[in-house]
Amino acid sequence: MPANILMRADHTDQTDEDLAIRISPLQALWQNGAVRKTGILLALLVIWQVYAVRLDNQLLFPTLTDTLSALWRSIGDGTLLARIAASLKVLLIGYGVGVALASVLTIVAINTRLGTDLLETLTATFNPLPAIALLPLALIWFGLGVGSLVFVLVHSVLWAVALNTHSGFRSVSQTLRMVGQNYGLRGLRYVFRILVPAAFPTILTGLKIGWAFAWRTLIAAELVFGVSSGQGGLGWYIFENRNVLDIPAVFAGLLTVIVIGLVVENLIFRTIERHTIQKWGVQS
Amino acid sequence: MNALTMPARPRATPHEPGTPLVAVENVTLRYRTEKAKITATRNVSFSVNSGDRFVLLGPSGCGKSTLLKAVGGYLTPEEGRITVGGRQVKAPGADRMMVFQEFDQLLPWKTVLGNVMFPQLVTGKLSPKEAEAKARHYIEKVGLTRAIDNYPHMLSGGMKQRVSIARGMAMEPDVLLMDEPFAALDALTRRTCQDELLRLWDETRFTVLFVTHSIAEAIKIGNRILLLSPHPGRVKAEVEGVDDVSAADGSAARLEREIHDLLFADEPEDH
Repeated sequence: MPANILMRADHTDQTDEDLAIRISPLQALWQNGAVRKTGILLALLVIWQVYAVRLDNQLLFPTLTDTLSALWRSIGDGTLLARIAASLKVLLIGYGVGVALASVLTIVAINTRLGTDLLETLTATFNPLPAIALLPLALIWFGLGVGSLVFVLVHSVLWAVALNTHSGFRSVSQTLRMVGQNYGLRGLRYVFRILVPAAFPTILTGLKIGWAFAWRTLIAAELVFGVSSGQGGLGWYIFENRNVLDIPAVFAGLLTVIVIGLVVENLIFRTIERHTIQKWGVQS
Repeated sequence: MNALTMPARPRATPHEPGTPLVAVENVTLRYRTEKAKITATRNVSFSVNSGDRFVLLGPSGCGKSTLLKAVGGYLTPEEGRITVGGRQVKAPGADRMMVFQEFDQLLPWKTVLGNVMFPQLVTGKLSPKEAEAKARHYIEKVGLTRAIDNYPHMLSGGMKQRVSIARGMAMEPDVLLMDEPFAALDALTRRTCQDELLRLWDETRFTVLFVTHSIAEAIKIGNRILLLSPHPGRVKAEVEGVDDVSAADGSAARLEREIHDLLFADEPEDH
């Protein structure tokens, strides 16, 4: 007996209602992570204000409003902005040099076995060493000035970025490598057209870790010595105000450090992520 | 009777005067593992003519993929030589476009269009404008125009393989090297992709060297089949005139049985 196909039409009756059930606006708001976190942040600020008002000791723990007015004052007279600019300038130099050195090191490492050994030995040796521990030595070598800061910054960025980039390069699939070779890509063109984009999720992780290390290291270094030719950074701003017991300004400085860190991590890196690895669907 | 009857296809261009397009002469391939040097193929010879759909068929371990990679230029024969279009193969090159089995052969950071244009641009073969026109043409041929701006992670496995085929064809290479391109697809998609490859071949008559371990696929795709036996890979037989068999009169099934018996003649039935 031949097989028989019976047509059924009842699957066309389905309406859209079953597919999406609406949720209330309040529920929708609660689903938004940013809204929930803002709520927590506001609650913490209120707790800060209430506690500080009850403590009533500006030298130990200034109120939120005092801190904000100190912040406003410092922004108004231009000192804070100058300090931020000084810090960011040193940071960008150190970060840039660190990333550039990391690129050279990993490109050498990916192309030669000896280079790989060199990179692995160097990262294994220096990665566990906190960059700030090199500051006393840096002061002897480079003196009080930008040179010493850049030196410790490079150290804080270089190993994290090199380590991640290298492991990213190594984890690029054999198939993609063969595809790149198929088109006759060799040397630097192969690295930049195939390896870098393919390893980009790991490279970006390295850049983020490097940034985080660099920012923390810079502020710490500036606390030890911040001023060179009258141009100190944010760390110096905090240190200076502590010396004159202007504690609200110290708090304002700390707040600025946090805000800049958040902005870079959540605005700059998140934007890069959205336009690259999220769009490509390769988020690790 | 089922509906697998194939459209009548003209035979591939018969022997051209002069040398064959791909000539593999007495090739012995060895690769190194941590412990030993493994012989993948020993003394293999075959030649592919222009317009052939040449299939390398054999069980796993017969070195068919290794052979294809050698034609691709990824490894050098220890003995013998491989020429494509009269030139000896020394390194990978875009005159021999590879299509792999793995879905991750597409560049995840490029759209469908970008992927198909990529080899045109990096080899400097075409200007961006010409490359785009050509890419659009071949993407349309594989029926993916509506997905042209999508990134690979939004495509199904079958769509990814079709993009890879479009990418390979758009380069208009001397020979398209396909390493089990449909093996990771589900049975339905595999069948559509096979039909589509044959339709594309009918339109443009490109030369393809196709690796598979499926006898049915080899008969469906190829006009010539090279049978390889394993450990190490050696040529067991060559089947010609595969186009003449058809599923309608049962000759394809007969050929399939014959090939099967031939391939597993000296193997104990242990599976």
